[in-house]
Amino acid sequence: MIAFWILALVLIASAVFTVTAVKPVYSVVGLLLNFIALAAMYLTLQAEFLAVIQIVVYSGAILILFVFVIALLSSGTRPFEVGPDKAPRIAIPAVILAVLTLAGLTVTALHTHTAVVLAPSTGGAAGDAGAFGSIANFGTALFTTNLLPFEVTAFILMVAVIGVVLIAGDVAPGDGTPPRRKRRAGTREPIVKDTLVR
Amino acid sequence: MTVGPDNYVALSAVLFLIGVVGVIARRNPLIMLMSIELLFNAANLALVAYARSWVMNTGHIFVFLVITVAAAEAAIGLAIVAVTFRRSQHVDVDEVSALRG
Repeated sequence: MIAFWILALVLIASAVFTVTAVKPVYSVVGLLLNFIALAAMYLTLQAEFLAVIQIVVYSGAILILFVFVIALLSSGTRPFEVGPDKAPRIAIPAVILAVLTLAGLTVTALHTHTAVVLAPSTGGAAGDAGAFGSIANFGTALFTTNLLPFEVTAFILMVAVIGVVLIAGDVAPGDGTPPRRKRRAGTREPIVKDTLVR
Repeated sequence: MTVGPDNYVALSAVLFLIGVVGVIARRNPLIMLMSIELLFNAANLALVAYARSWVMNTGHIFVFLVITVAAAEAAIGLAIVAVTFRRSQHVDVDEVSALRG
């Protein structure tokens, strides 16, 4: 129970830091702390497999992707930073809208029927095979009841990979010429800026 | 005072709030993408809390699918950011209008 409040504090603080950081790298650090605290929070909810997945997929894959893109974009002559946002005025309506969202979520949550206290889990103690939240329990549900969503997930990932290659790949899908050269042959492509290659 | 599902859901709502502010107020596309990850995580926390509340692992399946889709979304979003930056050297989403219909 004390773990909940500590983790909640860490989660909120790191989320605020992520949103308000000046440079994206700082945001990545805040987000890393947020993900790790959230994984610990999953452990308090007996979602052991999801805690591991949270660390591996989010902290291990997605955040590395962010860091890699930041490093890629800032490898050129110009440092990759935006500085202060141009329209801080929008922060006030954003906060108002977010508070309205919070109010709506709170009202919805209060009208949802839930157990007031966490029910004791069934199927044995935490850590046993087949207990609630264990890998065996999760895998059984994933590969029997929810097999079709799992397959759809694989399809989504394949589509995402193909889409990323098409978007960020250097070669146009039609002919074999790089799109950059094609553009430069046309007109006013400003010279330069091959920051991604350099 | 005991910690129940309501505490987790309230925390999830607060995290969602912070993420919404980030998406709306920041103009750096990378930070906006990270704020979207915060939104995903807030929703995941609520799902796990409710799953624990009812001792049913359907919520865990949902979280698994959300994480997968979030990974795909991050990959595609970062690819778009990289291509946009390569073309225009702008990292302010207000200055990017190539995707406008």
